[in-house]
Amino acid sequence: MSKKSFRQAINEALRQEMRRDPRVIVMGEDVAGGHGGTSGTVDAWGGVLGVTKGLLTEFGEDRVLDTPITEASYIGAAAGAAATGLRPVAELMFVDFVGCCLDQIMNQAAKFRYMFGGKARTPLVIRAMFGAGFNAAAQHSQALYPLFTHIPGLKVVVPSSPYEAKGLLIEAIRDDDPVIFLEHKVMYDDEEEVPDEAYTIPFGEANLTREGDDLTIVAFGRMVKLANEAADRLERQGISCTVIDPRTTSPLDTDTILDCVADTGRLVIVDESSPRCNMAADVSALVAEYAFDALKAPIRRVMPPHTPVPFASVLENLYLPSVEKIEAAVKAAMGHRVPEIA
Amino acid sequence: MNASITPITMPKFGLAMTEGKLAGWMVRPGSRVKAGDDLADIETSKITNAYESPGAGILRQVASDGETLPVGALIGVLAEDDVSDADIDAFIARFTAEFATDDADAQDAAAAEPTVIDVKGRALRVLDLGHGDATPVLLIHGFGGDLTNWMFNHAALAEGRRVVAFDLPGHGGSAKDVGDGSPAFLAGVAIDLLDHLGIGKAHLVAHSLGGAIALALAGQAPDKVASLALIAPAGLGPEINMDFINGFITADRQKTIQPVLGYLVHDKSLIGRKMADDILRYKRLDGAVSALMQIAATCFPDGRQADDLRPVLERGDVRALILWGEDDEILPVRQSGGLPPAVTVDILPGVGHMPQMERAADINRTIGTFVAQ
Amino acid sequence: MQIARETLLRSYRAMRTIRDFEERLHVEFATGEIPGFVHLYCGEEASGVGVCANLTDQDTIASTHRGHGHCIAKGVEVAGMMAEIYGRRTGVCQGKGGSMHIADLSRGMLGANGIVGGGPPLICGAALSHKTLKNGAVAVAFYGDGASNEGSTLESLNLATVWRLPAVFVLEDNGYGEATGASYACAGSQKARAEGFGMPYLECDGTDFFAVHQAAGEAIAHARAGNGPAMLHVRLARWYGHFEGDAMTYRASGEVAAARADHDCLTIFRTRVTQAGLLDGTELDDIDSAVRDEIESAVIAAKQAPLPEAADLLADVYVRY
Repeated sequence: MSKKSFRQAINEALRQEMRRDPRVIVMGEDVAGGHGGTSGTVDAWGGVLGVTKGLLTEFGEDRVLDTPITEASYIGAAAGAAATGLRPVAELMFVDFVGCCLDQIMNQAAKFRYMFGGKARTPLVIRAMFGAGFNAAAQHSQALYPLFTHIPGLKVVVPSSPYEAKGLLIEAIRDDDPVIFLEHKVMYDDEEEVPDEAYTIPFGEANLTREGDDLTIVAFGRMVKLANEAADRLERQGISCTVIDPRTTSPLDTDTILDCVADTGRLVIVDESSPRCNMAADVSALVAEYAFDALKAPIRRVMPPHTPVPFASVLENLYLPSVEKIEAAVKAAMGHRVPEIA
Repeated sequence: MNASITPITMPKFGLAMTEGKLAGWMVRPGSRVKAGDDLADIETSKITNAYESPGAGILRQVASDGETLPVGALIGVLAEDDVSDADIDAFIARFTAEFATDDADAQDAAAAEPTVIDVKGRALRVLDLGHGDATPVLLIHGFGGDLTNWMFNHAALAEGRRVVAFDLPGHGGSAKDVGDGSPAFLAGVAIDLLDHLGIGKAHLVAHSLGGAIALALAGQAPDKVASLALIAPAGLGPEINMDFINGFITADRQKTIQPVLGYLVHDKSLIGRKMADDILRYKRLDGAVSALMQIAATCFPDGRQADDLRPVLERGDVRALILWGEDDEILPVRQSGGLPPAVTVDILPGVGHMPQMERAADINRTIGTFVAQ
Repeated sequence: MQIARETLLRSYRAMRTIRDFEERLHVEFATGEIPGFVHLYCGEEASGVGVCANLTDQDTIASTHRGHGHCIAKGVEVAGMMAEIYGRRTGVCQGKGGSMHIADLSRGMLGANGIVGGGPPLICGAALSHKTLKNGAVAVAFYGDGASNEGSTLESLNLATVWRLPAVFVLEDNGYGEATGASYACAGSQKARAEGFGMPYLECDGTDFFAVHQAAGEAIAHARAGNGPAMLHVRLARWYGHFEGDAMTYRASGEVAAARADHDCLTIFRTRVTQAGLLDGTELDDIDSAVRDEIESAVIAAKQAPLPEAADLLADVYVRY
């Protein structure tokens, strides 16, 4: 057990699973980097933010494959390799690039098993960075987990901390279905205690980061951290919140969400993805249908506006959910008067 | 400080605890209490525990139900009738001001954390507390547990004495190899640990399967054992609740583990989500479940305990104390019967399989007295 | 190259099976009993069979929306295919895939594919598996002239070369991508495309089993030997529309009739093997008769087979969820 960053936790998960199972391979754009350069240096990057650094050195060219910048072919290749005996972990770099290879994920990998009458196994993991907060603008900042969640046949993981990331990634690699594993790029330097051993966290079981009596906050990915900060502030003001980290949006632990709403009677959902048809909408519908009688106040959603992610910090900050916005939403749900957030 | 005013502060249950929630006072303000009375329920992230009064007097409350406070913060005072409200207010103001400055020191003291050490090539997580001339104590937890099972006892027993707790092989933060999984093998590891720590002789305070390990250790190396204080020990009868053992091994989610953990205690409300989370975290480590399976296969083949360790006690060369919860649902309390008269047997009514958590203060007092003899 | 007598008999049987299977579907589809839509492979039999005669069960193929022929050529069971096309529970995909998604991984058949250009990336992956697992197998992507223009295909030609994969890209060029001619839709030349990616290019007459077998054998041997991918450009003609019900108003009258009359791969095969004394005409007649019976019983069985059950709707979305 030692303190590890989100980046280190993911690297360690990959490394331990590659040691454990020779069928696990890693591929993607610059997962090593440097091939074909003039300096002769390879493993130059280890991923654009250094997450896969050192894997090439340990596991060699056969298992750590740099790809050309051709997402359709290598994501498709990962799907094909998964269906024929390997357990690939393909990195899509920025999840926004899914526009270049959605067919391979949505029409191929996700559907093999069903279309083929249960005869296929596609143990594929696609890792990708997501999220705003880096001034990376509209094509490098989206939170597209609802897009994947919408597609039957995919599992979708949105880890909220280093401990969560390691256990969930190992689970993803050992899972026999295609898994989309989304890493919030602002979290790579976040640190916490992470066991040195390999461990798994099962999909479809939410984590309660805190338990309270007054209100339930459901938050996804990095928003869990913000929700906890807001809950800390609210606790000092006498409002006690349960914070649910669903961990996976598919499968979604609907039981835990409904149980907590039944206990608290109030719900705030914090979702970094665009507001139409996002997880907040999905969870709202769930609660409205199955826990309507438990609700003491309208459900509040904290989400970005229906715009692309803007570039300038002043706009990006306005765009993103924040601790203050969550706090305000909770107070609104508790019946407090709430000032309009600009 | 006014000597006639006794501060009641947020207790520290276990190492990880930095703050606690006053779940509810169990005594009305203005009531007279004596030392040892249950004052309040204190909720930590792991478990709710009754806090016993450190002294006698009339309770004047400071903190309200539901408040979360750091360890050491004032939650109430005890004072006699003749102490004026003004004196009490002054006391509270002074205490609070001093606590704020002491807080940093308290945090440092709380930083004693377990370390992983190499014992003959085996990684063991160990928590070594206290020092003094008295014979050290080794705490041995049970099946599926870890050193945090002693969270309410370790510091209390370590006043003026070295007390070592460790995670058994296959458990907690220790390496997951359990050999053949037998009490004899695990006792060998405990002996290695004592040797490694330079402890020639120790009191063994052990719980459940840890009790069987302690008995095996006393059988193998009686010269290393100063006494045995065994809490609901295995090894004294054939029956064991296999629904617990098998359920503990197979459960991998909150929903499945919580009912299994309910077998452990008399008051099921003690089992919280966080406690289940901690157990699941351990069980999800690679090798943990197979270690438990190996131990269960060796110790409880065909659903019954394989080892009869009564002869160790019947030999009569080790002083022994047996503590058992009357409502134990894992190992029936009747297994405490028929022991040699020299063995003290203490049956605790209204207690399940975890007396050291369910009746921490009683257990600490009884064992403290026993090892001091 | 001498082809074993066994291989000739097996290949003829596969071609005849495909022909009868597709001709029968043409008839049955018109009755309205077959749900969805089907794309027939009639006229192209020598291509799939000529290529697959060089493959084993360990080798992998990916197919197209026009996939029945590739399935049969790779050894997928005919009765199960027919039941699948009828949407029956006994189908190879339990009635959940249909004509465009017939797959049998145990036969190395990675699926027909409803997406044009869907197969080539998958085949890069299958080839990567073979290469990484060092099992000596190759992977073959069948794709049409329409798919030859898809970005996914062009990316795959690049990736297969960059990674030096044991992959073969078999371009079945029937001259039409749906209702648009290749002469309109395909820029430049396929040969130049292969050469542009630095891979060997072979071309053959897709109505001549022997020509396909020979060229595919060379391309597959190249890939199997670890020399990287190759492209095989097979020229052929489809005898029916893009899908059943396509009136083919975009094709000149007589185009299909001429193909049937002068370029029937079965006739060409029969003439060649009997004239060369490789096989006896009666052996081929026996195969014709056996295949007729097999198709007949496959259709009867499919029509009588049970439909999927309600619970099947929810099954097999995931291995575990």
